[in-house]
Amino acid sequence: MTVANLTHAESRRQLRRARLGEFGRFARRFARNPLGMIGLAILGVLLACAILAPLLAPHDPYLPDLVRRLSPPGAQNWLGTDELGRDIFSRILHGARLTLLIVGLVVATSAPIGLVVGAVAGTAGGWVDAVFMRITDVFLAVPKLLLALAFVAALGPGIVNAALAITLTAWPPYARLARAEALIVRDSDYVNAVRLAGGSEFRIVFRHIMPMCLSSVIVRMTLDMAGIILTAAGLGFIGLGAQPPLPEWGAMISTGRKFIFDQWWVATMPGLAIFIVSLGFNLLGDAMRDLLDPHLRRRA
Amino acid sequence: MPAVLFQRVLGFTGRIVTLFLTVGITLLGLVALTFCIGRLVPIDPVLSVVGQKASEEVYQRVFLEMGLDKPLWQQFLLYAGKLVQGDFGTSFVTNRPVLSDLAGFFPATLELATLGLLIGTLVGVPAGVAAAYWHGRWPDYLIRFIGLIGYSVPIFWLGLVGLFIFYSRLDWVSGPGQIDVFFQGIVTPVTGALLIDSLIAGEGEVFGNALSHIVLPAALLGYYSLAYISRMTRSMMLDQLSREYVLTARLKGATEYRAVMLHALRNAAIPLVTVIALSYGGLLEGSVLVETVFAWPGIGNYIASSLFRADINAVLGGTVLVGAVFILLNMVSDVVYQMLDPRSNLRRR
Repeated sequence: MTVANLTHAESRRQLRRARLGEFGRFARRFARNPLGMIGLAILGVLLACAILAPLLAPHDPYLPDLVRRLSPPGAQNWLGTDELGRDIFSRILHGARLTLLIVGLVVATSAPIGLVVGAVAGTAGGWVDAVFMRITDVFLAVPKLLLALAFVAALGPGIVNAALAITLTAWPPYARLARAEALIVRDSDYVNAVRLAGGSEFRIVFRHIMPMCLSSVIVRMTLDMAGIILTAAGLGFIGLGAQPPLPEWGAMISTGRKFIFDQWWVATMPGLAIFIVSLGFNLLGDAMRDLLDPHLRRRA
Repeated sequence: MPAVLFQRVLGFTGRIVTLFLTVGITLLGLVALTFCIGRLVPIDPVLSVVGQKASEEVYQRVFLEMGLDKPLWQQFLLYAGKLVQGDFGTSFVTNRPVLSDLAGFFPATLELATLGLLIGTLVGVPAGVAAAYWHGRWPDYLIRFIGLIGYSVPIFWLGLVGLFIFYSRLDWVSGPGQIDVFFQGIVTPVTGALLIDSLIAGEGEVFGNALSHIVLPAALLGYYSLAYISRMTRSMMLDQLSREYVLTARLKGATEYRAVMLHALRNAAIPLVTVIALSYGGLLEGSVLVETVFAWPGIGNYIASSLFRADINAVLGGTVLVGAVFILLNMVSDVVYQMLDPRSNLRRR
């Protein structure tokens, strides 16, 4: 009994050490990729801005100051002010929170949905697989932005509804990925061993197949985040995302649109923020794919 | 897999039949999706037809006429049946059938997206080939960098910046809209695409003005698709260039041009058909944002402005139309791919 417990604890410790080592090797390989590091740095800055926004922002992002409305970038307002005299720099800092909120909401919902659908379909096979994959195909075949637009039109504008709409269009690729991975491992010896030991199908899917799909899903997730940001900004720009006075970047561009020819900074600055952040996610995603993608690694 | 068996047994016809079945099911799924979205809307569909002031009697009659008392699946069949007959409902805003609205706006979108795709392909494919040929050297980095920016930039913002620089400051192009007011209504619409119509009518000035209006949005959409097309071309060309047949060609003394452009590119070109078809679909979708920025009288603008007036029939009609075009494009690219690829069964019969 004690011996068994001991070996159990020992094997766990070894497992943990092995995982730590794997992570350390990954981190070292990642650090050698300059573009990936730039992406990581951009996202670090974004995260810092979002967390520290009230401390970093020199002005109140919501407080109008009509005397200083539409003033150009300068010493007092680094990136200028908008049509109500609100400081654009402060608004962009606070908008970082909204951007992270949307990305977080979409990723936290769409990836698990896709993962479960794909893993279950791939493991179960048969008609379950056929039905799930048909549904996935329908979602994949329909243009994403339009579908999101139609969903928001039906649900009503708002930041949560926008995230929900993007989720509904974002999960199918994860399902495809997870299914492909599940198909590879579902008949492997270790899964059969669990089955022989009496593990339920539920346990097999959630404990033994889904973890195997994780790495490709994570890579895909990082690559998708840039697209999510752009879609969310697009919804905000059309006027269906976050509503004023929220400092959402897409909505800020939308209000700045009227002044583009004379007060160019109102629309340009938030757009630059979107561009830099989505560039950061793209750089990080590319680096992660090069490092983690099992297909690429096998070829190398 | 019964589908595979089906294909083996029936060969060519079987493939075509399965293809049509798949497309049919996908289209049905699309319709089911829009139907569900239509049910989600918190607006009372009857009220939007009869108006707020209608009497109880009228309300009841319309309620029954619209089949809202029937079970959901019957309502769905009714809806799908109407769609098949081309009845997309009536737009609450324009008070015209949605289909005729869509037909009026579609050519402008098609014109813009086609020109965008043309630019994207004519620049993107050579760029991808160059990047693959000079793999790991500066042209490769440059092209990948340009592509990366295309992936990361919000296209509507780039449109605004483009308008600010090229229209407001440099005055190289004309501003938003399809044509100046001065030139409006000179050309009788034949195809609906102004560039072609003005050429047919022989109105050089109108053509020039329309061109100066379309250049910027088309270049934007072109850049948007270029990012994707050049990336895919690069990876396919890299794959082909490492094959032994290219080495053989070079060993036999073929010129670099011959080995790359005639041998490798021809093989990479087959999957590129799918890539280009997909980006065409993407452009139709991306035009929603670009058309909003440039006040382009196309389907994207129509959908976006209908969204604000809660004109759900128009929104869903536009979604169904663009979605169907998207799905059909996929199907066509599938067929073309199989016809071009000598390894596919279609040719062997």
